[in-house]
Amino acid sequence: MGQKGFFTDTTLCIGCKACEVACKQWNQLPDDGFRFTGMSYDNTGALGASTWRHVAFVERPVPLQGQATGVGDFSWLMMSDVCKHCQRAGCLEACPTGAIIRTEFDTVYVQPDVCNGCGYCVVGCPFGVISRREDDGRAWKCTLCYDRLGEGMTPACAKACPTESIAFGDLDELHTRAENRVRKLHEQGVTDAYLYGKDSANQPGTGGLNAFFLLVDRPEVYGLPPDPVVPTVKGARTWGMVALGALGMAAVALGSVLAGREARS
Amino acid sequence: MGVLDLLDRWPVFRQLRKGDATALGDTAMTERSRHLEPRTAGADRVVKSVCPYCAVGCGQDVYVKDGRILDIEGDPDSPISRGRLCPKGSATFQLVTGSHRIHDVLYRRPGGTEWERLPLERAMDMVAERVKHTRDATWEDTDVNGLDVHRTLGIAHLGGATLDNEENYLIKKLFTALGIVQVENQARI
Amino acid sequence: MPGLGISLGRGGATTFQQDLKNADCIVIQGSNMAECHPVGFQWVMEARERGATLIHVDPRFTRTSAMANLHVPIRAGTDIAFLGGLIHFLLEHERYFKDYVLHYTNAANIIREGFQDTEDLDGFFSGYLPDEGKYDIATWQYEGVSGTVPAGGHKQLYAEPGAGKGGEEEGTTARFEAHKDPTLQHPRCVFQLLKRHFQRYTPAIVSQVCGVPEEQFLKVAEALCANSGRERTTAFCYSVGWTQHSVGVQYIRTASILQLLLGNIGRPGGGILALRGHASIQGSSDIPTLYNLLPGYMPMPHARQGYDLDDYLKDHAASTGWWSNLPKYAVSLLKAWFGDAATKENHYLFGHLPRLTGNHSHMQTVADMADGRVKGYFVMGENPAVGSMNGALQRKGLRQLDWLVVRDLTLIETAEFWRHAPEIDRGDVRTEDIQTEVFFFPAAAHTEKEGTFTNTQRLLQWRDRAVDPPGDARSELHFIYHLGRRLKALYASSRERKDQPLHDLTWDYPTRGKHEEPSAEAVLQEINGYTIADRHVVSGFSDLKDDGSTACGCWIYSGCYADGVNQTARRKPAREQSWVAPEWGWAWPANRRLLYNRASADPEGRPWSERKKYVWWDAEQRRWTGEDVPDFIADRPPDYRPPEDARGVDALGGTDPFLMQVDGKAWLFAPSGVVDGPLPTHYEPEESPVRNALYGQQCNPARLEWRRRDNPLHRAWADPRYPFVLTTYRLTEHHTAGGMSRWLSWLSELQPEQFCEVSPELAAERGLTNGGWATVRTARGDMECRVLVTERLRPLKLNGKWVHQIGLPYHWGVTGRVRASGANDLIPFVADPNVEIQESKAFTGDIVAGRQATGERAAAGAPERALPPGVPELRRDSPSVGDVAHAVYQEKWEQEP
Repeated sequence: MGQKGFFTDTTLCIGCKACEVACKQWNQLPDDGFRFTGMSYDNTGALGASTWRHVAFVERPVPLQGQATGVGDFSWLMMSDVCKHCQRAGCLEACPTGAIIRTEFDTVYVQPDVCNGCGYCVVGCPFGVISRREDDGRAWKCTLCYDRLGEGMTPACAKACPTESIAFGDLDELHTRAENRVRKLHEQGVTDAYLYGKDSANQPGTGGLNAFFLLVDRPEVYGLPPDPVVPTVKGARTWGMVALGALGMAAVALGSVLAGREARS
Repeated sequence: MGVLDLLDRWPVFRQLRKGDATALGDTAMTERSRHLEPRTAGADRVVKSVCPYCAVGCGQDVYVKDGRILDIEGDPDSPISRGRLCPKGSATFQLVTGSHRIHDVLYRRPGGTEWERLPLERAMDMVAERVKHTRDATWEDTDVNGLDVHRTLGIAHLGGATLDNEENYLIKKLFTALGIVQVENQARI
Repeated sequence: MPGLGISLGRGGATTFQQDLKNADCIVIQGSNMAECHPVGFQWVMEARERGATLIHVDPRFTRTSAMANLHVPIRAGTDIAFLGGLIHFLLEHERYFKDYVLHYTNAANIIREGFQDTEDLDGFFSGYLPDEGKYDIATWQYEGVSGTVPAGGHKQLYAEPGAGKGGEEEGTTARFEAHKDPTLQHPRCVFQLLKRHFQRYTPAIVSQVCGVPEEQFLKVAEALCANSGRERTTAFCYSVGWTQHSVGVQYIRTASILQLLLGNIGRPGGGILALRGHASIQGSSDIPTLYNLLPGYMPMPHARQGYDLDDYLKDHAASTGWWSNLPKYAVSLLKAWFGDAATKENHYLFGHLPRLTGNHSHMQTVADMADGRVKGYFVMGENPAVGSMNGALQRKGLRQLDWLVVRDLTLIETAEFWRHAPEIDRGDVRTEDIQTEVFFFPAAAHTEKEGTFTNTQRLLQWRDRAVDPPGDARSELHFIYHLGRRLKALYASSRERKDQPLHDLTWDYPTRGKHEEPSAEAVLQEINGYTIADRHVVSGFSDLKDDGSTACGCWIYSGCYADGVNQTARRKPAREQSWVAPEWGWAWPANRRLLYNRASADPEGRPWSERKKYVWWDAEQRRWTGEDVPDFIADRPPDYRPPEDARGVDALGGTDPFLMQVDGKAWLFAPSGVVDGPLPTHYEPEESPVRNALYGQQCNPARLEWRRRDNPLHRAWADPRYPFVLTTYRLTEHHTAGGMSRWLSWLSELQPEQFCEVSPELAAERGLTNGGWATVRTARGDMECRVLVTERLRPLKLNGKWVHQIGLPYHWGVTGRVRASGANDLIPFVADPNVEIQESKAFTGDIVAGRQATGERAAAGAPERALPPGVPELRRDSPSVGDVAHAVYQEKWEQEP
């Protein structure tokens, strides 16, 4: 058992979308429609109920460190996005039915036999990952191939990935690997490389991601939130603020009462 | 089933009983989740294959149960592909099991506007008769310059490069013996 | 494939994908490897992670460029100028690998006195026949050798006039008679000719022709030099970005010359990896369903008076080198096909083979079809209505047939041309008027039949059958076997001479099951070869005989069933064997994975360096040994020098790594075998935005043209109607003409529509908006598509003039889950003269905003748009060249009403 996760290294991604198709194949997911988006080579647009891996294509007017091209100040970034399997999972915390569980692999799994399609999880996810399918109304997202993990099989996307951009494994090993990778890239002059969501120090709003990323530009360039916060964390903060506020108001009230008394006296 | 058993199937009760206050783990797990296994676990056999798309030659494992394909994945033993597949290779399952595949021989008669079905054996007979008729009608023993050519230019062939070597071999062998020289392939294109 | 075959000896990738990881530098050019071969690309990534430099030279910034250290945008159709510039750089700055060049290439050979170069003749070599559009190659020969020096590679070219017909004259051998100058100083030695030929390919010219700034070009040159030599190696990867040009074979010749000068052939991390685009493209040439070849690269016989087996063997067997064995292979093939009926007395029924009289290639066949000369057509697993050039002309051909047989998984456009096509939608052609009878047979998928594919690295891999095909779907093996059986029965009572080959044909394969599926293993055993007497499978081509005692269906595949074991089905896991993985499948020839690997050692047989050790001479064992099966005579010592009376394989010396070649050397200069020149020369594509900056001759003077009303061509250069460069290509998400991808939802959603890629500058100039619609036009037809405006395409500056390039993926057609009218409808019939491959990577066209397609097709009677008043037509050829010189097909327009 132990904690499992994905380390997605975007510097190795060739944008082939093998992960998208391998996921659809294994999970027998339907298509998401046939629409030309004009957004570079991305025609599936976003993660959704039927697209559990999604490759983002970023054409940016900035050169990539370590790369020279005759087309000018330009580079093309690709990133295979997926459910982050957050340490503090907003979807799971929002689910009122017990449909969403944390598995023995420390991954977040939606049980389709329990989900009643209430949709609370959808707004609970700070990444916009989980969503409901139009036909059956239930909520769906990456299972981190829960059915495969029990047999010791690699999740379909990671197995298919031609360039090992998607690494699957024990979380602590992935952390070591990712840190080494960043170090190596920095040595090679790719000083922009950094880890996104590796742990709670790195991303307090989620407590860290079991599916974390190596990026070379700001998160929002890839369509990732720069500072994702699980609503329940916000909730706790809010309650704290409310308490503080109440205390303050109480103090003010007390102060004014005292002041009034003083004034009267 | 006792009341307690029945209650125990209710996640909230299990959560209370096991002290799993957040209800985020084991207590909420259903029987289905508990016994989840990959569909390949039910396969009778795993057949070794090769991806039919490009020429990289990725190894494929084809999982079969009761004469039906359950799953097609990369073969980790392959020294070329090491278990990996591209999107096309990953879509092979849909390629071979999809509803787009035609299962019947179809026939369009001259001037026809629709397809008609034909039994396979009948269609094979008809094609053989047409080959014979066309070959006999267009046979050349010698060309315009009087040179021996013993061939027909009335029949031609174009093959895709997803045909097997064994198939290409028999195509070349038969057509050459029939005097058909316009035998061509995707490799030219 | 002759580009490699003529230069090095065999028409196949010199290396294997896994070996790319050993490269110190990888140049990908004419290929978009990350997109078209993503899983193979893992080995490039592995090299990159080990510190190798990755260079991508391509008109577009693609997913391959995104991974590269250096991406060099280049004008489509100018790679010879670029590579020629690199050759010039190496020679100019003495950066070539001297010991390798001197010992392993024909650099020292002296060429006949009458030879004249393109430098002397403004773009022509000596021997050009201006009325025929062809070369007489007499002056290209080695001095001292009478007759023609036979080429080692693709032998089919022998019978083409001027391609080496007849071989050496009796009693002489190129191996021993050729004059050489080991100092490389003689003005007519290959080395000096090479220097002179490429002297004008300067960085300035590269910049002017290719649109590549000098500084970028020099970066590539420096990277190549820094990563070649004893200690380091550079690999080249190419694909159809190089082959689909009217001068395509010469692209690969240029790369071969470059890699030879750098000493990178036959060495780990080096070589030229030809990336084939289909599961068994390589196999389809090895066991050719190609008109001009017999299995194993033996030529089909041409029609000549009284031509018998002896003449054929004399013409095509070389006196020295491996091809001296040709009689064994040819006789064994005839025995495999005609069995006991083939005897020494009847010349093994060589007379049963039909004869060629010129070009019978795909394009010519379709032209003949359109003119009503072809009556019946088999199309198996191919979709020419979408995948081939000038799609409308393809469909016009299909309309003139009496009958058409299509075998595929689904109803592709070629099967439905009679009701789904742009010209039918427009009403130019009526379904009811099409008299073609069409048979559609559902095909078995690869999981439903057993057999072998030959992948891009010459590796045969056996597939087991997983399930039975559905319904009436059957394998091609089933179809062709039972068609043959029926025809034998239909002709059984005939005593006509024309039917005798069919009677004599061996056609007795065991079958299995209720469908009577023939045994693919039995066919593979025949391909491998066997002894006639006891039907024992032979262990390899060295067992084959020319006395009729052996049969073999394809000599280069001989050994694939050695020891009675299906070697192609071997699947020893990678982790249980060396990185070369010799026990996974079986590679031709003789399971050698890295070809010409004798060259990985120096002339004395020692590795060039410890770092690049691969195959070497073990003096104690007196054998070649190493990581791979030595691609050499196993016990021939490095110091062996053949006596002058040696013939055949005995005439190969210990320092002759290119054993298929008549002289054992790689050919920098090709005295025969390439019909359009002994050295590669930059010519503009048939349709170009600019004048040839290097020579007076605009286009390849030996190219093939089909001049027909249904195949109109644009002005030779700067056509004001068609000002932009168009180039076609594939995407990762689809496969070729779409028959295996456009029906699948999982792939179609990833790339759902036909689109074009244009630069922001062109978009601004033509009012194109990202995500909007555009119409692309050529004289052949037009096409609507969506627009992708991207910085990944940039206009290039050529000699002060800006040139725009438009990218067009070509996967879509009018049926399937996602549809469009098809980019190949825009492309003309024009071809390379060596291999008759189309020019689809560089042509011209126009683009306008919006959905303005008329659906008109020249091949369906659309009138041609005239040139604007005052704009003259331009000649593609020098004034000395006859008007009809290289027209393979000239329509007699004046005779039409």
